[in-house]
Amino acid sequence: MSGDHPILPRPSLRFVAVWRRNLLVWRKLIVPSMLGNFGEPILYLLAFGYGFGSLVGDLDGMRYMVFIASGIICSSAMFTASFEGMYSAYTRMAEQNTWLGMLATPLTLDDIVFAEASWAATKGLISAITILVVASLLGLVADARALLALPVIFLAAFTFGALALVITALARSYDFFLYYFTLAVTPMLLLSGVFFPLTELPGWVQGLALALPLAHVLEIVRPLMTGTWPAAWLPHLAVIAAYGLGAIILATYLIRRRLLR
Amino acid sequence: MSAIHIQQLYKAYDGVAVVDGVDLEIAPGEFFGLLGPNGAGKTTTLRMLLGMTPIDGGQVEVLGLPMPEGERAVRERLGIVPQFDTLDPDFTVIENMRTYAAYFGLAGPEVESRIDRLLGQVNLNDKRGARIDALSGGMKRRLTLARALINEPEVVVLDEPTTGLDPQARHHLWRQLRALRASGVTLVLTTHYMEEAEELCDRIAIIDHGRIIACDAPSRLIAEHIEPWVLTVGGADAGEVLQRELGPKDRAHQVADTWLVYTAEPDRLRERLRTLGHEPTLREADLEDVFLKLTGHELRD
Repeated sequence: MSGDHPILPRPSLRFVAVWRRNLLVWRKLIVPSMLGNFGEPILYLLAFGYGFGSLVGDLDGMRYMVFIASGIICSSAMFTASFEGMYSAYTRMAEQNTWLGMLATPLTLDDIVFAEASWAATKGLISAITILVVASLLGLVADARALLALPVIFLAAFTFGALALVITALARSYDFFLYYFTLAVTPMLLLSGVFFPLTELPGWVQGLALALPLAHVLEIVRPLMTGTWPAAWLPHLAVIAAYGLGAIILATYLIRRRLLR
Repeated sequence: MSAIHIQQLYKAYDGVAVVDGVDLEIAPGEFFGLLGPNGAGKTTTLRMLLGMTPIDGGQVEVLGLPMPEGERAVRERLGIVPQFDTLDPDFTVIENMRTYAAYFGLAGPEVESRIDRLLGQVNLNDKRGARIDALSGGMKRRLTLARALINEPEVVVLDEPTTGLDPQARHHLWRQLRALRASGVTLVLTTHYMEEAEELCDRIAIIDHGRIIACDAPSRLIAEHIEPWVLTVGGADAGEVLQRELGPKDRAHQVADTWLVYTAEPDRLRERLRTLGHEPTLREADLEDVFLKLTGHELRD
């Protein structure tokens, strides 16, 4: 029973200490971590871009390599934040009792969950920045507008991190995360316009894709990276933010129910 | 003002009460022990005290602040040594101290010298750079205690701090706790080791089935709740003999194949048993006898 607790989380600025703890650990493991967050998406970009691109030719009036660069940035931020919010956060919650240790200090569960989502967002952003640097070195980025994609990606990664934390709150083991990957992350990856335009898909699949957040991230990020302004960016941003807000509220509620019973 | 004030505390899981009307007053500077069999409600009571479990009924005030509303402010002034290890395995000893300090919003040169002092106190100064998984169980407990003192707490709460420690490590921890007591810190301890509670605590509450069934100084608990002497008798016919020879005020209790006789006048019975060929041993009753009398001898899980 967490009845007398308000449903809206009220994190304090103390969350920064938790975020910083994760940053310090990440710095210790920076080489393998960067390889995972950066090496793999770059491989996808090069393999699909060069290998596939020569077969596909132009898409939506741009080179396939340019098209897929913005897709890989978004999907990589999604994967990185989801991994952090599931495997890493679960380890801290259930295996290492890191959160229980924190709860013996002035930190509250609201601080911790908010910090974990923010940290997942940070890792998503780091991976996006590294790919953006490589993409611009390869001449795949149109102009400085691409920098505006970064705050959008940060918000999106927060959302994916918070969604992952909801799954973590329900997980009894690491195996549980496969459900979420198979039923949510992979469909989003394949159907949201990462590898090919959303418009190629049947109408009902498009509807399904637009009910999930990743397609909306691409609707904003792809124009910004290819040198145009996104049309109707506000509704897209609202969908991402609504998912994020709902997920952080639900994650905090579920983790409170799990740990502080 | 009490350091801790608990009134009619109540907690139920799935309709079953695990803490059922607990009242406690703990004075500032007191070393207070909470004893009880497994599942008696000790840890749940502590968790409600710390704001780590929602309170279903009753009131808890820590340092004058109501819980759980005051959880942040309370935990800022509290040191907590949890039952299970929560040290951060991703960090070294010194990094654990610094990170934990940061959770309190503490950083800077003053904190660094405090960390040095605390690590010195628990004999871990030469382990500063060690990884947590390279520490022994005793070292981990000492580090957990040092970490819990980082905010110079007014109240320190310890949930079974010496479980699994060897006698040397246990005595070392006791010395630390006595020093804290001497410096005016209020201490609340749960333990399964009766001699530990008897040794350390000014006052002890015995809790069972979610209720406090006795609460007093250890010596007074022994004086009030149990006969002063215990005769231990073994042998196949001991029960039979005791049935005949037991004095009117004596109590006999069988544990496995030995009998415990609680008595105020052991001499006559001891002589009788000896002449009948038994070899009874005589000792003074202690807190464990009180505990077993009040909570029963049945196994708990």
